[in-house]
Amino acid sequence: MTVLPQFIRGRSNLTCQELVELVTNYLDDALAPREQARFERHIAGCPNCTEYLRQLRITLQQLGELREEDVAAPVRHELLHAFRDWHAGEAS
Amino acid sequence: MAGGPDTRLAAADDATLLARLKAGDEVAFNLLVRRYRPTMLRVARSYVSTDAVAEEVVQEAWLGFLKGLGAFEQRSSVKTWLFRILVNRAMTRGQREARAIPFSSLADPSEDDGPTVSAERFARDGAWATPPRPFELPETRLELLELRGELRDALAGLPVRQRLVVTLHDVEGLTTEEVAEVLELTANNVRVLLHRGRARLQAALAGYVVGRSVASHSNEAPGTEDQGA
Repeated sequence: MTVLPQFIRGRSNLTCQELVELVTNYLDDALAPREQARFERHIAGCPNCTEYLRQLRITLQQLGELREEDVAAPVRHELLHAFRDWHAGEAS
Repeated sequence: MAGGPDTRLAAADDATLLARLKAGDEVAFNLLVRRYRPTMLRVARSYVSTDAVAEEVVQEAWLGFLKGLGAFEQRSSVKTWLFRILVNRAMTRGQREARAIPFSSLADPSEDDGPTVSAERFARDGAWATPPRPFELPETRLELLELRGELRDALAGLPVRQRLVVTLHDVEGLTTEEVAEVLELTANNVRVLLHRGRARLQAALAGYVVGRSVASHSNEAPGTEDQGA
């Protein structure tokens, strides 16, 4: 569980500046229930932070798209040979 | 689009593929390679100096994976195990290149503290002074690919630990706990690195998208688009 700095823990409302430093923990479900409630309370009333969080989600979604890249055929063949060798060894 | 047996297998989870490939199923092995090789290359590239060496390291890791299959007890997930093999090989190789330093000492303390969004963007009361400019993603596939290219470059430009954590977590989709296991960090360390890396990428993406829309609205003055500068 993340220990928040005293200045954040002590008060009941988050500022925008504090909120942007909590977004990762929020998305990772790593905020204490009380912190999470304060986070959600702030977001509900703040279009700018809502936009910031929306843009973070867009960024994450686009990062996820980066993984789709095909493997070059020669490399696959080399690995396939290794796999056949391995399997032949297992079977014997 | 009914989907033959291969198509169905393509959606199979790792454990299913593992069972199939242990039984000698080449399709299953191929699918696993396709699934993880791109990310493995990115991870390896963080430890060694060239793309060619990263390719070698990834090949070595797959050979190590095959070698260890018999002893793999599935206490961790297939991908956690695979990436641990990879990171070990890549670190060894990097040390042999006399370039890589142990992971823990790759830390640049200045990477890990300070605000991720410039304090200048906030008023004294902590409210936004310069709020994020709303943007929409481009609509054409070509433009999206260009945007992803920008994002890929920005990712490559992150400090090494942030790059590794973002790659494993956000590109490959490992959980925080899995990333922690692969890189031998605490979950909290992972979140700190993730947070800082993401903030930079988000800023890069927002800068790119907003910059583009400004450029496309300045048709009256075509000379102002100096993107290549």
